[in-house]
Order: sequence, then structure tokens, then C-alpha cells
Amino acid sequence: MQQSPMIQAQDLHYEITNHDNQIRILSGLNLSVANGDQIAIIGSSGSGKSTLLSLLAGLDVPTSGSVQISGGEFSSLSEDGRAAIRAKDMGFVFQSFQLLPALTALENVMLPLQLKSHPKAEVLSIEALARVGLSHRVQHYPKQLSGGEQQRVAIARAFATQPSILFADEPTGNLDSTTGQMIIELLFKMNKEAGTTLVLVTHDITLANRCKRLFKLEHGVLLEMAQV
Amino acid sequence: MILAARLAWSQTISLWRAGALSVLVFALVLAVAAITAVSFFTQRIESALSQQSSLLIGGDLAVLADHSIPDAFAERAKTQSILTTRTYEFASMVIHGESSQLVEIKAVEPNFPLRGHLTIGQHPNDIGQSVQTAPQLGEVWIEPRLATLLDVQVGDQLQVGELSLTVSAILLREPSRGGNMFSFAPRLMMNAADLAATQLIQYGSRVKYQLLLASTPQIISRYSEQAKPTLARGERIDDVRNARPEIKTALDKAQQFLGLSAMVSVVLAMVAMLLSSLPYIKQSLNTFALMRCFGTQQNTVLQILTIQTFIIALFSGLLGALIGFIAQLGLAQLAGSLFVETLPPVSIMPVLIGFMASIGMMVAVVLPHAWQMRNLSAMNILRRDTLSLPLSTQAKYLPAALVMVVMIFWQAQDFNIAVSTIVAMMTLSLIVLGFVYALTYLAQRLLTITPKSSTLASINLGIQGLKRRLGLSTVQMIGFCMGLMVIMLLTLIRGDLIRNWQASLPEGAPNRFVINIQPAQINQVNQFFSTQNIQDAAIFPMVRARLVSKNNQLINTVEWQDERAKRLAEREFNLSWAAQMQTDNKLVAGRWWKNSEHGKPLISLEEGLANSLNIKIGDQLLFDIAGSPLTLTVISLRKVEWDTMRANFFAVTPPGVLDGFAASHISSFHLPIGAEESLNQLVKQYPNLTVIDIAALMQQVRGIMQKMSQAIEYVFVFSLVVGVAVLYAALVATREERVAEATLMRVFGASRKQVSIAYIAEFACIGFISALVASIGANFLAYYISVNILNIPFQFNFSLVVLSVLVAAVLIPLAAWLGLRSFLNIPPRQLLNSI
Repeated sequence: MQQSPMIQAQDLHYEITNHDNQIRILSGLNLSVANGDQIAIIGSSGSGKSTLLSLLAGLDVPTSGSVQISGGEFSSLSEDGRAAIRAKDMGFVFQSFQLLPALTALENVMLPLQLKSHPKAEVLSIEALARVGLSHRVQHYPKQLSGGEQQRVAIARAFATQPSILFADEPTGNLDSTTGQMIIELLFKMNKEAGTTLVLVTHDITLANRCKRLFKLEHGVLLEMAQV
Repeated sequence: MILAARLAWSQTISLWRAGALSVLVFALVLAVAAITAVSFFTQRIESALSQQSSLLIGGDLAVLADHSIPDAFAERAKTQSILTTRTYEFASMVIHGESSQLVEIKAVEPNFPLRGHLTIGQHPNDIGQSVQTAPQLGEVWIEPRLATLLDVQVGDQLQVGELSLTVSAILLREPSRGGNMFSFAPRLMMNAADLAATQLIQYGSRVKYQLLLASTPQIISRYSEQAKPTLARGERIDDVRNARPEIKTALDKAQQFLGLSAMVSVVLAMVAMLLSSLPYIKQSLNTFALMRCFGTQQNTVLQILTIQTFIIALFSGLLGALIGFIAQLGLAQLAGSLFVETLPPVSIMPVLIGFMASIGMMVAVVLPHAWQMRNLSAMNILRRDTLSLPLSTQAKYLPAALVMVVMIFWQAQDFNIAVSTIVAMMTLSLIVLGFVYALTYLAQRLLTITPKSSTLASINLGIQGLKRRLGLSTVQMIGFCMGLMVIMLLTLIRGDLIRNWQASLPEGAPNRFVINIQPAQINQVNQFFSTQNIQDAAIFPMVRARLVSKNNQLINTVEWQDERAKRLAEREFNLSWAAQMQTDNKLVAGRWWKNSEHGKPLISLEEGLANSLNIKIGDQLLFDIAGSPLTLTVISLRKVEWDTMRANFFAVTPPGVLDGFAASHISSFHLPIGAEESLNQLVKQYPNLTVIDIAALMQQVRGIMQKMSQAIEYVFVFSLVVGVAVLYAALVATREERVAEATLMRVFGASRKQVSIAYIAEFACIGFISALVASIGANFLAYYISVNILNIPFQFNFSLVVLSVLVAAVLIPLAAWLGLRSFLNIPPRQLLNSI
């Protein structure tokens, strides 16, 4: 029996209205990502990469078309239905880290686990922080951490819930090249260990090349490219 | 500087468009509106109340003397264009045919009264007409009682001294008459120009000379200040407050309450403003941080910040003053109909006060941040160190706290009220802080339990939210607490104050005094009470005595500075005796006598009198009673409610002490409608009895209290609105951060229900703690203010505590959730972009 793809997007359309103008971001986009696959989506600024990522992650709904996760309908579910799947299966790493300033590193990592009432939220979070090399910074607040450290906390948070899919939106976009390189190594190392399906959005072609498959988003359509 | 001004203007516009200013400006406008409206309103009401009260003495101010008033007083008034009129009051006999009667003559000039009017009619039962003039030359007006006693009608002649005068009207109502309810002889009013011809005033005659004055409150107040130092022996100045003690108490309390409400509005509005300044500060600091990075000079940044502060303060001040003015117009429109006269015009002062407050508050909020930015390098700013260094959180609030303290002192205009408010606010903050720490500890414990149920997990998350935002949660809770506390405090005090007024003059309050009752007539008077079914009418004995010495030291009033003490010591005391203390008296020092002490030379004094004359428990007082000495030891001090209209005494002895002295008796009672004729019969049977009708006076006092109650209600409603606004500001203060958190929770898969539960749990804790602390605080503060400042009894209101805690613990989370709900329906991606 053929296994369903982990992520399946069919005929995705996304339009926004700005000052009475219809702006088409995605027009009839199709994508299929197998379990454990690693894909990179590249494209120029404003091409709709982040929008595509948020539709695949259920953070927003398409104007038309559908997204399926593990063969199950996803984009047509209610907001809470999609949230439940995110809680179960997905992890996120954002360009701007998205750490809560009032929470310590540990509390930030614990948050998604607590939402799932995980009995070992604290233990798992400490372990995750150890894996990203931040055992000594667990009680620090985001503003006491460097940019690279903040992104490592975000990675620890993403992997702490052991997700099936990791969405990474320009994970090195806010970091210098050396730190960015370290973060990428860490991200791919952890992804490999966990066997997670990775959807990476970036404009950095070198980073994109680390993934198994490479897509370019242009004029609202996704084109699979050969590795450069 | 021009560049700075231009940049300040464009940035203010941008901040406004971005919505970073809206809540701040809203709170600031509200604060200014509250300050100006309450200030406008209380000022107008206060002067209206004073005007209303001026009617009761016939002028705004009175110079009184036991000798002819020196011309200097009238001349000084003339130079300041103050209206004046002179009156002369003394007791004398008048004769009609075979009958004669002791009367209280009041000779007045043609322009009497300067304020208010007299009501005259053609016969005692006439409805009458209002006049603002004196009797013509050769004419007199007499009270209905005198007409009955002498059987005189309009047109009859009365012999007044050497002059025969025509009764041209019955004097039905003389507002200024109410002041001295023990003026037992009936009134006869005549023209002052006839006075000399009567030859009644001779050397040594006891005459009360009075110069009445009327002008604007400012001029009157200035005159009073200037004239007071020139007063000689036997002269004094009375304004309405000390001329009419029963009105004074009510007026003072009303004024204190209005002041309190105004102060509360200001404090609340400031709290609201502080709470809502947080998002603005954050946004503007970010902008300035960027400007510094782009190379803008430190001074330019500070200039821009200063100009921006003033733009916001002036704009909000203008809008607030306008709203305040409109609000008070509405209030004045409502209240205006309650007053006899139209409300006095508004002054510019409240607008200036509003502007000053607006600038003061803005500067207080911005100053610490400007100070903070001064020492920051561009790198600090890039790393957003601005918000954490180098000033501590407490220090940031210091200027605002100082401005608040100044405002409290300025508004309260009473050291005790101001200090008790500040102490209460500080205690409240400390208690809230204690609760937050306790809950944080609880949250920490809960964290280790980590329950299986997702609902419990969400509640747990919510309670931990308190800890996550420890600083903000505390500030927010203090905001809620203050809002709730003042709402409850004003509810409690306002209720007590109004109830107390109503209770002091219930429908069945005494409306007649009977004096000169001789011992042999007591039975007949009591019989009259029982046949008329008059309850609650006691007859008190009265012996007139003069205080001679205290602890063997002669009372030498010439050396005394205090006018009140002088007057009290010089006048004759009415000593009474009683086995039990009157129910409306309260023992404040010493003890009441036992039955075994009856006949012992002891005395109980009224507290105020004892204080004025510096008399303490245990002091020996020597009295002169009709030439006989009597030494009494002070055993207790009592507080007396003078405004109950009941017969009360400064000095009371145990039964048996005054047996050897001639006593007359006094009684106060409520005469039912329709019983007037039988009272007249009683008086005809015993002509020595003097009945004093205080029904009209009571009506006046009731009217004033009623009006003041209504004024208080209006101001209370206004303070209530500000109280609700502070609650709103407390809610929105942390909304931005909470939306960010809720969004991230949703990205990580929290359902809307989970987010809602966590949110509601956190706010339920905040609501519960705030309401609990607030209601306990409000009751304590209300107790303190009632008992020590307003001098009204206080009752702890347990049901209010329970009710408010329950309501706040439900309503606050509900309101908070309603505010968040709209964000829960927005896709997280859109919110992620904005956080």
C-alpha cells in the first residue's frame, strides 16, 4: 500500500485585497512532501514563501484549494482543529525567533509541552536546551541572550515536542553568517536525528541546497528545481 | 529647534495613526475632563451652596458687636463696593391696650435683607408674599405668635418705647430668624430710622449691632481677611458657617465629600493614564532608538521628546477641558434646578488646573524615560537595552507618584484626608504585592504537579501568567484595586453621609421647643403630650449659671485669643441634670455617673466646649448660680449631635446636685399637624410657657441637605465613570503582550478554548485579589474617613465585600476575555506579522 505524503497541497490559491485591488499571491500551487523529506522553498522577497509556509502549517487558510497532512484534510478544518494537529505534529522556527520576552529560556521551551499537558514538560525542555548547548542559560530571559542563542532556544522549543514536521521560516535571516552557519548545522543535525519532515523557507541558495529537494516560488507557482 | 518641532509634530501624527497614542490620549483626556468637570462643578455648587446659605443670615458676611459698629467697617466695605446694611436687635416690652409682651425687636434699614427675602402677609394664616425691603417709617411687622399673644391685627397700633407704631403686616417668614432658636420672645421688625424716637436704646442697653455685607465670594473673603485683625473687644465677624452651626456641619461634610470625590477622580484618572502610557512609551522609545542610530544628536532627540510631550499634553488638555466643561454644563443643568438661585458663572481656574495637570502628568510619565535615554549609547539602543537599564522600575514611577501626591494634597485640601489616602494607597500596593508573590509561589508549586487534564493545564498556565508578568500584573492589579476601592469607598461614604443626614432630621424630628416650664407645670405638659399622643418628648430641667473659675483660677476671658472660647465662657450656661445620658449623646472620655453618685458635685461637659475652654477630666469648675457658688468636678466628656434639633446641653450634672436652685424646664417634641390649636390652648392656660416653632427652620435645613445629597450623587456618578475608565485602562495596559502570547500559544497548537481558559484563569485571580483587597481597604478607609473626618457613624458592610469580590472575579475576566476574543478569530499568521 502506498503511504500518503506527509504534506499534500493541491491547487492552492491565495489572494488578498488591498485598497480594492486583488493581489494574487499563490495561483494554483501543487506540492507533495513525503514523510522524512527535506524541502527548501526559495524565492525573492514578497514572492509568497512565508504565506505558503503559513498555509501548509495551517496558520492561515487558502482562498481556494486544499492542504492535507498525512492524508487527512487539514486546511478545511476549523481553527481549533488545525491547532490540534499543529500541537501534535508540528514545530516552528521563525526568522524573528518569536520568544516571549517575559518567559525564561526554559519556560519558552516548555510552553508547547505544557499546552499538551505533557507530564515531563520540564525534563524534556531541559534536555532539548542541553542538545542545543544552552544548559547554562535555562533561566535567562530572551533579552539576556544573543541572537544566535535566542534562535537556539527556538530550535530547542521546536524539537522538544518531537514533531513530525518542522517549519523553518528564514531561520538564519536575523543572524550573522558564522552564527547562521552554526544554527543550520544544529537544525539539520537535530532534524536528521529525529527523522522530521522539514519545510524550509529561505532566500539563501546555499542553505536551500542542504535540503533533499528544492523549489522556487515565482509568480504564485512552485517549480521544482535540480540541486544547484 | 524648528527641525525638532517639525519632527516632533510628524512623529506625533505617525504615533497617533499607528494607534500607539489612542489609549494614552483617551486616559489623559479623561483625567483632564475629570479634573476640570469636578473642579468646575464643585466650585459652582460650593458657591451656590454658600449663596443659598447666605439667605439664612440675610447677607454673605456679618460684623457683629455689643456696641455700635465703628464706621471704619462700613467705610472699608464702601471702598470695595460691598453692599451693606445695619440691623439692631434687642429685647423689649411692647404694649397693646392693657396687654404687654416681651419681644425681640429687630430694627432694619430699608435695603434689608441683602440676600434672600422676607415673607409678609395680612393675617397669621396668610400664604404671604416675598419682599426684599424693611417696614416703612412708622410701621412694624410682627410674628404670628405676637399677633396671637397680644390679639393684634394688621392696622392696630403698638406702643414701642416712646413711639406708637402701626402693624402693617404679619411677618410670616424671616430666614435669618432661624439662627437662634432660643430667641424665645416673638419678633417685631421695625424701621431703623424710627429707633431713635423710641428711645429704647440707652447707655448700657444690651443690643446686638450687626453690619451685613454682600458681594462676590472673592471680595467678601478678602474683606473678611482684612477686617479680622481690626476687630476690637466685643466685635466679631460671622459668615454663614459660624452663624448657623446646624448648616455648617452639613455644608462642611458636603464640601469634604465633594473634595474627596474630586481627588478620587484625579487619582483614578492618573492611574488610568499611567497604565495606558506603557504602549506609547515602548513605541516612542523604539522610534528614538532608531533616530539615535541614524545619527541624531542626543539633544535633538530630547528636544523632540519634550515637544512631543507638550503637543500631547496640550491637545489632551484642550480636549479634556472642553469635555469637562460640557460635562459640568450637563451637571449644572441638572443641579441648577435644585437651587433657588441660578448657579454662579464658571471661572477660568478649572481649565488652567486641567492644563497644568495634563502637562504635569505627561512630564511625569515621560521624564524617567528621557532621563534613561540620556546615558545610552547607540549600541545599547540597538540592543533595546532602553527598556531594562539603567533605571529601576520603581524609580520610573517616582515622578508620577510625586505628581499624584501633589494632586492629592491639592485636591483634598485637608492634611488628614490627603495623608490617609496616600497611606491607604501605599498599604494597598504592598498588600497586592504580597498576594502576587503568594500566588507566584503557588504557580511554581502547580508547575511541578503538571496535571493531566488539559483544562487544568490551561488554568495552571494562566496562573503562571501572573508570574511571567510579575511587574505588569502587580501594576494592573493595583490599578484594578484602586478603581474598585474608590468606587466602593464612595458608595459606602456617600450612602452613610446621606443616610446620616436623613436620620438626623427624620420626619418625626422635633419641630417645637417649649421653654420656661415651671416645676409645677411639668405634669400638665406631660398630660398634653399624652393626650396628643406625642411620643419621645422629654422634659429637661435647666438652671442658668456662669462659669467663674477653673481649678481655683479665675476665668479671665480678656486675655483669651480664641473668640469662640471667649463667647462660650462669657455666656450663661444652662446646667441640666440627668440620671441617664441622652441617647443622641456619646461618651468620649471619662465615665457616666452611677446611681450611688447622684447628688455628688460632678459634671459632664460637651467635648467641643471642653476643648475650647481647655477643660480636662478631673478639673474643678466653680459656677455662680444666681449669686451662690457651686463647685463641680468634671467626670466625663460627651459628643453631642447638635443637628438633631433636640434639646441638648453643654453641661449636665447628676440628679440632686441642683435641687436647691431655681430651675425652669425645657422640652422639644414633634407637634403633629392639626394639634396647633390644642398647643395654643395650653399656652393660653399657662401664659409663661414660650413655644418656639422651628418647623420652618427645619424645612430650610432639610432643603439644603436634600440639595447637597443630590449634588453628591451627581459627583459620585462622575467619579464612578472615571473608576470604570481606570478598570478599562488596566485591561488594555497588557493587551498587546497578551495577544502576542496567545498567538504563539495558538501557533504551537493551543485551541482557542485553551487560550481562553488560561486567560480567564489569570484574570479571575487578578479580579479576585483586586476585589478582595479593594473591598477590605474600602471598608477600612470608609471607617477612618467616616469616624475621624466626617464624624458620621460607620457600619462595616460585609455583604458589599462578598458581592464585590464575586462580581469582580466574574466581570473582570469576562471583560478581559471579551477584549481578547476578537483576536482569537484572526488567523495566527496575521498576528505573527504584527508581534
